[in-house]
Amino acid sequence: MTRKLLTRRTALTGLVGGGTGLLLSGCERVAQIPGALSMLESAEVLSQHTQRAVLGQIRPLAREYQRSDISKNFKANGTTRPEGPEYAQLAMDGFSSYRLKVDGMVARPLELSLEQIRGLPSRTQITRHDCVEGWSAIGEWTGVPVSTFLQMAGVGNGSRYLIFHCADNLLGQGFYYESIDLVDAYHPQTIMAYAMNGEALPIPHGAPLRLRVERQLGYKMAKYVMRIEVADSFAKMGRGRGGFWEDLGYEWYAGI
Amino acid sequence: MIYRHTPTVRLTHWINVLCIAILLMSGLQIFNAHPRLYWGNTGNEGDPAIFEIYAEEQLEGPPIGWTKIGNALFDTTGVMGVFTDVDGFLSGRAFPYWITLPSTQNLAEGRRWHFFFAWLFVINGLIYLVYSFARRHFQRDIAPTGADLRRIGRTILDHLTFTRARGQEAKRYNVLQKLTYIAVIFVLLPLMILTGLSMSPGANSATPWLPELFGGRQSARTVHFISASLIILFAIVHVFEVFITGFFNEMRSMITGWFAVRPERSNGKGSKP
Repeated sequence: MTRKLLTRRTALTGLVGGGTGLLLSGCERVAQIPGALSMLESAEVLSQHTQRAVLGQIRPLAREYQRSDISKNFKANGTTRPEGPEYAQLAMDGFSSYRLKVDGMVARPLELSLEQIRGLPSRTQITRHDCVEGWSAIGEWTGVPVSTFLQMAGVGNGSRYLIFHCADNLLGQGFYYESIDLVDAYHPQTIMAYAMNGEALPIPHGAPLRLRVERQLGYKMAKYVMRIEVADSFAKMGRGRGGFWEDLGYEWYAGI
Repeated sequence: MIYRHTPTVRLTHWINVLCIAILLMSGLQIFNAHPRLYWGNTGNEGDPAIFEIYAEEQLEGPPIGWTKIGNALFDTTGVMGVFTDVDGFLSGRAFPYWITLPSTQNLAEGRRWHFFFAWLFVINGLIYLVYSFARRHFQRDIAPTGADLRRIGRTILDHLTFTRARGQEAKRYNVLQKLTYIAVIFVLLPLMILTGLSMSPGANSATPWLPELFGGRQSARTVHFISASLIILFAIVHVFEVFITGFFNEMRSMITGWFAVRPERSNGKGSKP
């Protein structure tokens, strides 16, 4: 014979659960009303405009740290090795056949080898990487400011965004992509990094080239970047929300 | 009957209740994406955590849910770390489905709820602050007087013996109430906003000193969690006091503004001028 005992824990769970459960089922019902989620999403516009109103004027740099601050334990999130024969071939010959394409609304489309990119003026920065999940790690990144590529290619009138096309297919959802606007594109710390902590960028961290946008969260910093497209809109990409994780509901403006 | 709470105080109070409840529940959803707290600027799996919730698989039998505070380990199976989910299956998430918003693992939607209500909370709080200073609600009703502070021993005793205020005493906040409200309004709630902003990489670039104030970004995340826990503690005591001092009367005063004052004792025993 089994008896159900009302333990203190189940009683407490029931009491608190009753209260939050009421609010929870209410909230979840609200979230299913068409337009309710987009109302919640309107907070992103407020955050973006407030931060841009401040950051746009003074254009501050993200804090840069000392060598001694570099994390020994820097998690590689998302894809850690892109699948498929094309990437395998690139990796096998040390990315010597890799070409970064810069195209779209530009006067002079570019195709640059890793060697050519390494020959351009570089910037090295030791910054903190904040993942949307909640963890942080500090690393040193060396690369070419995105503004250098934009000057070389000549940005066309009416262009507003850079779309980063990547080599990795994450979660079987399609190729990773990201987008930033020209405010972030021309920020001095926005670089295409080819080295991490003084060594060639490791494959788990996005070899041969990854984006660093230091004033936003980690998911904006696309790895395995194959192509930078200058565009006036990202509406035609994926579900039209501006990036892989954005298409799954995350904020396009990841400054918070 | 006295008219105790103005419409602005009542309205901002209930908006605040809604905001804090949703911020708490969506905050726990966000916490579940990485249920570990650290001290300093960085922290990740593999680094020492000062607080964590995790599931430990067993060779035989169901997994164990552990909550680790400092070096102390607590078996919280059934509530935290391992619990039976809403669909009846065992889940290895940190906080259980009945206290996170949304109830299933969904960081993206949790963040949407959190930031929308964070903005509402900030705007509502600013309206309350400006109103309360301008209309002297703080100066008149919440700032403790010298006489209040001298009576603090007596007030503590009244609380310990659950002695309810009568007459003149019942028309005002007691000194413990005033000090608690001051701590919540001017310390804990602003701390939530400041530690919240300390986690924003955009805000960090404009005010790099802000996260450093708390010892780094991960410390700020930890302080955000501790401060939220203290607000929950306040809310529990606050609601408990509502129950023991007369649920109907207290609720009426916060909804309609009208509060019934219990008369002074008339037997003369132990009465004071």
